[in-house]
Amino acid sequence: MKVAFFVTCLADHYFADAAADAVRLLRHLGCEVSFPPDQTCCGQPAYNAGRTGEALRMAEHTLDVFGGQPDNPAGADAVVLPSGSCATMVKKFYPRLATSPGASAVRATALAERSWDLAEFIVRRLGVTRLGDGLAGRRIAVHQGCHALRELRLETEPATLLEGAGAEVVPWEAQEECCGFGGLFSVKMTAVSAAMADRKLETLPDVDWVVSGDGGCVLHLDGRSRARGDRVEFVHLATALWRGVNGDGGKTGAK
Amino acid sequence: MATGIKDYAARSREIIREDPGVRESVTGATIAFDEKRRQGYAEVDADAWRRWAEGVKNHTLTHLDRYLAEAEEQLQANGAQVHWAADAAEAREIVTGLAVRHGVRSVVKGKSMVTEEIDLNPVLEAAGIEVFETDLGEYILQLLEEPPSHILGPALHKSLEQVQELFADRLDTARDGDPDTLARAAREVLRGAFIHADMGITGANFLVAETGTVALIENEGNIRLTTSLPRVHVAVVGIEKLLPRMTDLAGFLQLTARAATGQPIGCFVSLIQGPAADPGDDGPEEVHVVLVDNGRTDVLAHEHAWEALRCVRCGACLNACPVYRQTGGHAYGYVYSGPIGSVLDPGLLGLHEAMPLPFASSLCGACEDACPVRIPIPELLLEWRREAQEEGLTPWKERAALAGLASVATRPGLYRLAGKIGSRLGATGAARVLPMLGEWSKDRALPKPSPRTFRDLWREGIE
Ligand code: SF4
Repeated sequence: MKVAFFVTCLADHYFADAAADAVRLLRHLGCEVSFPPDQTCCGQPAYNAGRTGEALRMAEHTLDVFGGQPDNPAGADAVVLPSGSCATMVKKFYPRLATSPGASAVRATALAERSWDLAEFIVRRLGVTRLGDGLAGRRIAVHQGCHALRELRLETEPATLLEGAGAEVVPWEAQEECCGFGGLFSVKMTAVSAAMADRKLETLPDVDWVVSGDGGCVLHLDGRSRARGDRVEFVHLATALWRGVNGDGGKTGAK
Repeated sequence: MATGIKDYAARSREIIREDPGVRESVTGATIAFDEKRRQGYAEVDADAWRRWAEGVKNHTLTHLDRYLAEAEEQLQANGAQVHWAADAAEAREIVTGLAVRHGVRSVVKGKSMVTEEIDLNPVLEAAGIEVFETDLGEYILQLLEEPPSHILGPALHKSLEQVQELFADRLDTARDGDPDTLARAAREVLRGAFIHADMGITGANFLVAETGTVALIENEGNIRLTTSLPRVHVAVVGIEKLLPRMTDLAGFLQLTARAATGQPIGCFVSLIQGPAADPGDDGPEEVHVVLVDNGRTDVLAHEHAWEALRCVRCGACLNACPVYRQTGGHAYGYVYSGPIGSVLDPGLLGLHEAMPLPFASSLCGACEDACPVRIPIPELLLEWRREAQEEGLTPWKERAALAGLASVATRPGLYRLAGKIGSRLGATGAARVLPMLGEWSKDRALPKPSPRTFRDLWREGIE
């Protein structure tokens, strides 16, 4: 299967190693991975702020890069993003945006149908749930990004994959609660946002890693936990899963 | 109307910092409510019920004129008197006018958000009328002179210890009185108030057009007494509370209770069909229904926000909301707080008045999943954000930053260059050029950019 990798701007700059692990993982699962070089930001920051014009321009750019038709320039069967939130932007919000006048709804829908969050792609498209046993003995808490959870309804996929790699996924009281990131929200309503992160951190069970498929959430939780002086190790889902395949000795990129 | 909305960011910070007990009480109470709501939904085919309820409300709202006319006719046929109030001032005048005309000296009230909205108590008190809030939570807040913090549990931001203190000082209960003792002490006072009151004032959960029935749901029995003991009952009702038929009411009573508290139905449901038929019968001599617009027709006319009028005020969205849980309702600066407040207030008060509420959300979507009438709250928040952007109601720095992002993100060469500079600058360097990271770093350590971007790794080859 040919996969065009949409790294997303946050992962490109803050989770480069995890993004590389996502590529390794996809290759390991038999995918031929390409990286269209002109890709940039999916436009979600502007979309969430209500800046429709700018969001649409960034969406159109992404549609140019990843194509809306099966014979898109990247020539891929699927577009995979290592971010539930950005995947939601492409899958759910591009089609909504594209209803504005002058936008290309057809292209947006076509891309939406071919795009996947990493965990979603592995479980639902490739039908894989077992990835080796490299995580045996690891106690992991999973943070689900809200978009992955409530827009893509990836309620079980990340945990299934982690367990499929041998990890023990530990229940977390605030598992389904928002970490308080929300992009601009975290800088506009910074006290509330930080208190939301605190609620996650206060209820965190005793684990080796906190794993999330959303870099934004990890940046936020990690930033808050370091400010509090907690010692929590956050690991991007892509990295955790690659370690699952490869064991902890592999070339990995914990944050 | 003067609100405290514009201070949301500062007030929320203050509550979190200065009064941490609020966060603790609100989080505990809302999580318990939310858990009950989940169980209540799980016992039925909640999605089917919610879809049905959404349909009924949409139909009602798109035929509101017809159902209002029908309701008025039926209410009058039942012997109730109907009043129309275009705004809060008119509503206050109508109710105080009635009180004065009936020589009322003492009023008992059932919990009602709309009477908070129209700020009724102060004018009644100014007219020399004694007002008793009879819902236990409302009674506590009346003693404390605080507004409600939650649609359903108005005092849920208070701890047991705080209520023990208050009642010990005011009602002479023991300092360690258990909740039952405290409730009994309040009941003593309120029983007296019920017996002496000349007028009972309530809101309404629903108003059934077909039969002219005012429906009220409660768990304490105080509304039953408020509507049946005093000589005059006044129900203040927002015009969006209409339901077409009695059979619709049957469904809504159950769904609302499940959404609010997980109960199959409220402990008390009062269906008010007008005054006592004969002198000597139970019930008030006069029943008045005051239908309040106060911005609702403006909301109805709004392309998107009208969906918020489906709201049945169950509080489920507040209970599910991680933003609300950190502060309770007072941070929002208006009676309708939490997710529904953030989409309704801009419609009722005007967007300018309600800034920055549409931005007081991480858009996590928990509210929409909880809402019994499927109000797409995140989508409505986004619509208000779009409007705020169009009207220039957001800080120019933010707009400039996003415009900058868009112009970089649509030019791949420039984007790559910016990324390279970013990773060279490192965490603190990036914070210096990106003003927003300054805000971020007030409460958080700065994010660390990867030393090399993914792009670099890809170019070198990923093994
Ligand atoms: S918006 Fe929905 S969940 Fe919130 S109070 Fe209204 S009906 Fe209940």
